[in-house]
Amino acid sequence: MSQNIKFIQGNEVCAEAAIYAGLDFYAGYPITPSSEIAEHLAYRLPQIGGKFIQMEDEIASLCAIIGASLTGHKVMTATSGPGFSLMQEALGYAIMAEIPCVIVDVQRGGPSTGIPTHGSQGDVNQARWGTHGDHSIVALTASNHQDLFEMTVYAFNLAETYRTPVILLLDELVGHMRERLIMPEKGEIPLVERLRTSVREGVDYHPYLPREDGRLPMSDFGGVHRYNVTGLYHDMWGFPSSEPRTVHGLIRHLVDKLENRIGEIAKFREYHLEDADVVLISYGCSARSALHVVKNRRLRGERLGLLELQTLWPFASEIVREKCAGARSVVVVEMNMGQMLQAVKTAVDEPEKVFLANRIDGVFITPTDISNILRLIQGKGV
Amino acid sequence: MAVKDYIRERFFPHLWCPGCGHGIVLNGLLRAIEKLGLSKNEIVMVTGIGCSARIAGYVDFHTLHTIHGRALAFATGVKLSRPELKVIVPMGDGDALAIGGNHFIHAARRNIDMTAIVMNNRIYGMTGGQFSPLSGCGVIATTSPYANIDNDFDVVELSKAAGATFVARTTTYHVKEISDFIRKAILHEGFSVVEILTQCPTYFGRKNKEGEAADMLRRYKEITTPIGSDAKKENPDLIERGIFLQKENPEYCSEYNAIIQQAMKG
Amino acid sequence: MAKPKLKQHLIKRSWCKGCGICVEFCPKHVLELDALDKAIAARPEDCICCRLCELRCPDLAIEIETE
Repeated sequence: MSQNIKFIQGNEVCAEAAIYAGLDFYAGYPITPSSEIAEHLAYRLPQIGGKFIQMEDEIASLCAIIGASLTGHKVMTATSGPGFSLMQEALGYAIMAEIPCVIVDVQRGGPSTGIPTHGSQGDVNQARWGTHGDHSIVALTASNHQDLFEMTVYAFNLAETYRTPVILLLDELVGHMRERLIMPEKGEIPLVERLRTSVREGVDYHPYLPREDGRLPMSDFGGVHRYNVTGLYHDMWGFPSSEPRTVHGLIRHLVDKLENRIGEIAKFREYHLEDADVVLISYGCSARSALHVVKNRRLRGERLGLLELQTLWPFASEIVREKCAGARSVVVVEMNMGQMLQAVKTAVDEPEKVFLANRIDGVFITPTDISNILRLIQGKGV
Repeated sequence: MAVKDYIRERFFPHLWCPGCGHGIVLNGLLRAIEKLGLSKNEIVMVTGIGCSARIAGYVDFHTLHTIHGRALAFATGVKLSRPELKVIVPMGDGDALAIGGNHFIHAARRNIDMTAIVMNNRIYGMTGGQFSPLSGCGVIATTSPYANIDNDFDVVELSKAAGATFVARTTTYHVKEISDFIRKAILHEGFSVVEILTQCPTYFGRKNKEGEAADMLRRYKEITTPIGSDAKKENPDLIERGIFLQKENPEYCSEYNAIIQQAMKG
Repeated sequence: MAKPKLKQHLIKRSWCKGCGICVEFCPKHVLELDALDKAIAARPEDCICCRLCELRCPDLAIEIETE
């Protein structure tokens, strides 16, 4: 069978992958550099009987998809840093109320308006801790279109599996870049569908009572089970509770359901790590340059390797520690002031051997930038 | 079905203060739904945050108690994704028109089919009695101890201008109007607004020396008049009650369905 | 239609918060608050079953049962 090969933009890959995953409700607000996702879906969704709505702002967009998720739909919104900031309260609600949804943040320079049309990876920690209160979160990323497609589908799968919002943390460079995509055939990537309760009408249904495997079967709004959904601490029926044992159990559940399953959730790619004495750790657009450096240096006989993180949060510290154990130095390559660097430092046995190769001027970090920093670390001068 | 069949009895007595008008709104809302004979499974109630928002916990529908001011945005997602559901959105005055003001006007502009109920007690009750965008000048509140200088919105005029296609106002004294207007609002296809003046004896009443709940209720009788009454001509300060607007305009979900038909043809 | 005839006032004492609205607006002065500030039907024989107490009760505590 001939392959369906496309030459398209990253944002369009994300939109098409979302449809592949079963997206049928999207709400969003225009913002550079994510708008093409909304534009593409405004065109595509009604063709398949799905719904697109342009809301009045970003928090309304996230609120709208939460509402649509509760009626049984696969939902998504997309934005960039300023809009992601505005969404944070609704993100906390989705975490607390355990609503499956996907939030795409195509990162640009910040804080504030920053540089709308230039790339950055400055929202890594905002994705982790942007909304208030103790919680865990899933944030995924990708460095190329084939991975972007897979990670977008994976985002929907995780959202449904764990009844949680999933953040897809892209960046301007990947979002706006055009490259080859081999469109996966239908069925090629497995899809996780909504787990619905088998509790019959008239029998007590507990929307917030996890099964032994941690999953919580849902019942669509409009169905036979009428229950309450709230952002307050709540009991297994979804009704507000301030009973300390209930509150403790809820917070533990919200954190543990993700943190205890890092092994299942964490995705990464590794290149030449087996004998690497210098390990680069990177993700998103930066990983493209990092991989280029590794390949080039390998040709010269230097033992460089790359660990490309695809799951940023929950942070796979055990995997990072293990992959870095034999390295003389570890270099985190990212386009921010060291947001993932901190997580790596806490994960490895010798934090003093971890260095940062970064760029924060809106310009894509190049292989030359990384090489220069490597030479400095190795005491060779630029 | 009787009114008690629509509530979650185990949570009563409710948390509202003695004499709070919100209970009267709940009472009237249930009677409207009883009269319409709707199935509980086809009703979704979406609320925000505040005293008003707690109404969601007491009714045996699909209930979505959300975040401050954003109830209409959540409700928009519910409605557009499942247009066959009846969506009712009770909100407080601060919830609907301060933090939620933008969502309010945009939901009205789209004319999406849902029933917005503004439970207007002119104060933030849950947080202890601060003035709201519906308090109006001269009101004493904990954040306007010398008298409020913020002008208030006229919910009826605002709703009409924003594009709502059903707009009504009444008070908790006029209980038969509450259930009548809410019933008509639910039947109306489009964005409906029912403003209900509701007493907060605990904060608004005490701060503004309006007496107890019954005194505040009697005052609603005295300061309001039916739309177009002779009394209004004699005393322009009277607040009019009634259905101000009821018109047919294209409804959002129906219009979107037409888009789907068009897109599917290719 | 025949006028409804009162069977009884069903008042949920645990729901009543004693706000006095039902007492204040009963057109026939049927209701009173007792020593514990709970609504009671003191003169049920005067009740005309207008249900205004039932409709105005913020606590949903009153139901007029007719024969």
